[in-house]
Amino acid sequence: MSLLTDLINLNLSDCTEKIIAEYIWVGGSGMDIRSKARTLSGPVGDARQLPRWNYDGSSTGQAPGEDSEVILYPQAIYRDPFRRGNGILVMCDCYTPQGEPIPTNKRHNAAKIFGDPAVAAEETWFGIEQEYTLLRKDVKWPLGWPLGGFPGPQGPYYCSAGADKAFGRDIVDAHYKACLYAGIDISGINGEVMPGQWEFQVGPCVGISAGDQLWVARYLLERITEIAGVVLSFDPKPIQGDWNGAGAHTNYSTKSMRSNGGYEVIKEAIQKLGLRHKEHIAAYGEGNERRLTGRHETADINTFVWGVANRGASIRVGRDTEKSGKGYFEDRRPASNMDPYVVTSMIAETTILWNSA
Amino acid sequence: MSLLTDLVNLNLNNTTDKIIAEYIWIGGSGMDIRSKARTFTGPVTDPSKLPKWNYDGSSTGQAPGEDSEVILYPQAIFKDPFRRGNNILVMCDCYTPAGEPIPTNKRFNAAKIFSHPAVAAEVPWYGIEQEYTLLQKDVKWPLGWPVGGFPGPQGPYYCAAGADKAFGRDIVDAHYKACLYAGVNISGINGEVMPGQWEFQVGPAVGISAGDELWIARYILERITEIAGVVLSFDPKPIQGDWNGAGAHTNYSTKSMRSDGGYEVIKKAIEKLGKRHKEHIAAYGEGNERRLTGRHETADINTFLWGVANRGASIRVGRETERNGKGYFEDRRPASNMDPYVVTSMIAETTILWEP
Repeated sequence: MSLLTDLINLNLSDCTEKIIAEYIWVGGSGMDIRSKARTLSGPVGDARQLPRWNYDGSSTGQAPGEDSEVILYPQAIYRDPFRRGNGILVMCDCYTPQGEPIPTNKRHNAAKIFGDPAVAAEETWFGIEQEYTLLRKDVKWPLGWPLGGFPGPQGPYYCSAGADKAFGRDIVDAHYKACLYAGIDISGINGEVMPGQWEFQVGPCVGISAGDQLWVARYLLERITEIAGVVLSFDPKPIQGDWNGAGAHTNYSTKSMRSNGGYEVIKEAIQKLGLRHKEHIAAYGEGNERRLTGRHETADINTFVWGVANRGASIRVGRDTEKSGKGYFEDRRPASNMDPYVVTSMIAETTILWNSA
Repeated sequence: MSLLTDLVNLNLNNTTDKIIAEYIWIGGSGMDIRSKARTFTGPVTDPSKLPKWNYDGSSTGQAPGEDSEVILYPQAIFKDPFRRGNNILVMCDCYTPAGEPIPTNKRFNAAKIFSHPAVAAEVPWYGIEQEYTLLQKDVKWPLGWPVGGFPGPQGPYYCAAGADKAFGRDIVDAHYKACLYAGVNISGINGEVMPGQWEFQVGPAVGISAGDELWIARYILERITEIAGVVLSFDPKPIQGDWNGAGAHTNYSTKSMRSDGGYEVIKKAIEKLGKRHKEHIAAYGEGNERRLTGRHETADINTFLWGVANRGASIRVGRETERNGKGYFEDRRPASNMDPYVVTSMIAETTILWEP
């Protein structure tokens, strides 16, 4: 099918100024990523120069059939690693025709929080560790696992290589380069403890762009697994039993935390998070109770505990940060299916704006 | 097979000034696209410089065996995305040796309507949303569906990505670029509600060129699915049951509709279309009664209903058009297997020339 590949890889720059823009948005379940493409007359530098668009919200559970238009507002542009040339990906959020964010639009509120002067002044940095599981198509059983059975117990798989230990690396490596090409701040990848499970990290990103970049990275992964014929799962506990779950640990710092004396600011922030544990957990992803059991490198969902270098804690502070007296901390509670707009803005809101009084 | 690919992709520009022209026409069923190629000295960009040609109409149900020649008149040229270089695709329509359009030639009448002074003055724009279904070869069951069974119900597939949700994207993406290369005004693509179903849009195109461009886009899609080993279906209801059909929604505007006060012109046009509902439906594609049921984002075939942002209507007006007081509207009735020459010219005729 190289003739098909020739066509897919046609470089249109030689015959037209037109570019293809793939508009991406989050659908009605809060985890389904949707997209469609349109032709634009020429390259565009800024998301604000892109036209708004609309889609059939009644097909994504976001509008009724007799009033179905949902409006897409372009928010961030990335380079399209599939179409290349001048093709772009456009991360959007969703509004009613009257200009109100629809209920599943979590970006709007996050942008308000990040636009608050007190938050903006603190230059909030986020690094998100997105874990995910690869499943075989049709049977929905993890990639590399024997059909109707289980692989050997966890131990050999974390960060390993070998045909009996690492399953699906071509997807992970293609994704890494595709994200870098697109302009996503992907900072690393590793194989995870459960076989067939992997992780990539996005960051450090400032404020709202953490959410934008993570969603586009997720979209790229969905497209790449589609090409590979493998199913992508963001379920926080894909297999019951003595198998790790999948999280989205969120690393966080503010200007004050990164400056001298920052360790005290970090401790105060962690205290505030402890006082709002239930509220955060409720917003940290569906099904998280299956994952946060106190085993498999998690803290129990009803417990708030923090510690230095402690992977069984809700919040972990790195040894480097403790030693330097400044740095960042890791909220290990969010599940792999969390919404990064919600989690990042809530951490900023609780630690910077919220008062325990 | 890289030796074969090397030959298929030979760039002839360096060795000869000859070009290959693929003449394309519509066959006897009204939906079968036919083509054959010939050599010219090139390059050629003006269809009037190309010679008429002919083909065996008795092999396409368009002429009797003892008087089988049907004449091809070149009407529009596009760049050939398969042969590339200076090679071209030529959209043609069909005539008897005596110069009469044959019965299946719908372009001829459409061209007459579009050149009528009243119609030409209104500069009618069309945007056609062509839906289609990809089927597995041999079993003719939709691509991505389990053979002998069904996928999970509709919901996850519209505009989705993922190996369990989007089937055949490489065909769709190859088609998008091939059309842009060819010079077809393809304005976008999206995955549809039924898994294995996709849509591309052509437009805005003025008058007769909407039909030319859509037929060329269909031809290019037929060629690409052939390469991919997948069967293309324009059936308006490929699978019975709780599965969407396939349409060819036709977006339309005239100069008056696009100008200030256009919303009133739009409403009058929709009223006229309502009065000729039966006539339009009869010309909007075979088998449409299986699709226009009132469910699955359609209006019932016997009902004429219009509304703003209403996907269950016969005609939908966008919110932006309502808000601006001018713009365009969408006729949602045409089936995926409609003839764009017929539909576009009929909409123009009813709204501009016809009086109740």
